[in-house]
Amino acid sequence: MATVAPPTESPPADERIREVGLLGRIMVRPEIGAILALILVWIFFAIVAYDNNFISMQTTAAILNRAAPLGILAVAVAMLMIAGEFDLSVGSLIGFGGMAIMLFVSSSSTGGLAWPLGPAILVALLITVAAGFLNGLLVQTTKLPSFIITLGALFVFRGLATAIPRTMTNRTQLGGFGDIPGADILISIFGSKIEFLGGRFDTGILWWIAVTAAAVWVLNRTRVGNWIFGIGGDAIASRNVGVPVAGLKISLFMFTALAAFFVALLQVASTGTADSLRGELTEFYAIIASVVGGVLLTGGYGSVIGAAVGALTFAMVQQGVIVTGVDGDWFKVFVGVILVLAVIFNNYVRQRAQRR
Amino acid sequence: MTTSTASATDKLLEVRNVSKYFGSVVALSDVSMFVRAGEVTCLLGDNGAGKSTLIKILSGVHKPSSGTYLFEGKEVEFDSPREALELGIATVYQDLAMIPLMSIWRNFFLGSEPTKGWGPFRRFDSRFAKKVTREEMKKMGIDIRDPDQPVGTLSGGERQSVAIARAVYFGAKVLILDEPTAALGVKQAGVVLKYILQAKQRGIGVIFITHNPHHAYPVGDHFVILRRGKVFGDYTKDEIPLEQLVQMMAGGADLEALSHELEAASRATGSKEMAEAAAEFQKESSA
Repeated sequence: MATVAPPTESPPADERIREVGLLGRIMVRPEIGAILALILVWIFFAIVAYDNNFISMQTTAAILNRAAPLGILAVAVAMLMIAGEFDLSVGSLIGFGGMAIMLFVSSSSTGGLAWPLGPAILVALLITVAAGFLNGLLVQTTKLPSFIITLGALFVFRGLATAIPRTMTNRTQLGGFGDIPGADILISIFGSKIEFLGGRFDTGILWWIAVTAAAVWVLNRTRVGNWIFGIGGDAIASRNVGVPVAGLKISLFMFTALAAFFVALLQVASTGTADSLRGELTEFYAIIASVVGGVLLTGGYGSVIGAAVGALTFAMVQQGVIVTGVDGDWFKVFVGVILVLAVIFNNYVRQRAQRR
Repeated sequence: MTTSTASATDKLLEVRNVSKYFGSVVALSDVSMFVRAGEVTCLLGDNGAGKSTLIKILSGVHKPSSGTYLFEGKEVEFDSPREALELGIATVYQDLAMIPLMSIWRNFFLGSEPTKGWGPFRRFDSRFAKKVTREEMKKMGIDIRDPDQPVGTLSGGERQSVAIARAVYFGAKVLILDEPTAALGVKQAGVVLKYILQAKQRGIGVIFITHNPHHAYPVGDHFVILRRGKVFGDYTKDEIPLEQLVQMMAGGADLEALSHELEAASRATGSKEMAEAAAEFQKESSA
């Protein structure tokens, strides 16, 4: 219905547009906080942990390996948050999805269903994404805050991920994925290491890059991306101009569940096991990565690249604390401080953006 | 005022005897109204008169409990605002028209994004969108400095104007404006009234919802007054002088202040129509 006019020459430059310097343009990007935080954290550990070989391919690989699954999750969570909703159930869905895969493929002697690999992965995928659909549907129909709905889901799916395997197999950890016929293909795609310049990099890093690139494309270059910003900024206004708000929000909840399943698959493929407790607290780490990356908690503003960089920063802090040999308890202190600083910084940046 | 009524006297949009109930609450009862192409029908009423409910029926948000809705002479029924929009019935809401954190061009095309490319590479044509936004705003007399600036940095009148420009660009045949001048300063209200006249001159049927008869009278061809969910009065401009319209509205503000308001508005915009309207208003108020 858009009346498409023939292209004409671009309008002459307006004398009222102040030439904003490169620095000024960079400073109003939502991801700038995350990039600065990343640089600062790197410099900090490069100095503090210099003797512990922080600047090395091994450490870099370890950081990226940590960042990849969190990054995949953070990208999906960031899109949902930009659309104005939360999903606290993604951590539980990692445990749930991984357990579903292992329960379906494990031999009947251990209490599993002994399905062939293909159908097992497909059905596990479908029920995990259905959980996301349920989250979205409940949020849309009850009009309750998604924070509450998915907080409930956090417990429900963690509970299911523990209770069902215990009932069926008497265990909450299942192994032996590598012995399943056909698993070697999946392992080489999703869970193997690539040697590169002395570092051992997970294939998950490539998936992380692919997911991020696809999400950047969707968010910034497509109609759906425009709708996501729109419904996060004002759902009613968006609906009034014809954006399918309910369907889009439900789809985004399904996307976060899909990301959780993907992370579960990466972990099952790389470790050969599933664990009911896998992914605990990851929902918060993903939100932290998004917020550090410049995503506004109230929706309508943010960037997927920011969330990916936020995940990298988070992983760098985690690995840095380990490399330094400081007691792991300090990691939480560090994360908390970085989170609050990032939010303060992002608020400042956004106010600048609106004043320009 | 020289009423430049379009040659088409056909009713573009019409509702006949519509009622709307919410449980036991009667929000609208037996309301009829219409708008012709190139005319402005003003829908007046105080808070709680049923204006919002009627707008929501016209724009496709609600279905009427009873009564008929005709568009271009044919009976229609809408399941969503999108369906109404596709027929050319565009609604601009008072405070819900724009998304402050989004840039002007993204707002302008929200819900109707132009695309290029095919298959998985089909993408939002941002260069085209920025160009059109700039051009359309220029046609409305607003020279936006930078289509990338967030809408939150625009004034209230400018935001309404972007919304009106958007509706006109997307081929609106009927433009429903929900209190576009409420909460605006004198100058800003004048700007919006100018765009209403501009839309009318482009042959669009405008339904202008307001509780301010002094904003309605200079631009309106036809006045429908709602009170307590019913049509309290229905007049053409010839049938009713401004004073009577003011009297019919509960709690009309004092005339002198309003005369001043209109004058200021016409000065501020420098619009010929507004000046004519202001002069006419002066005549009416001194009579």
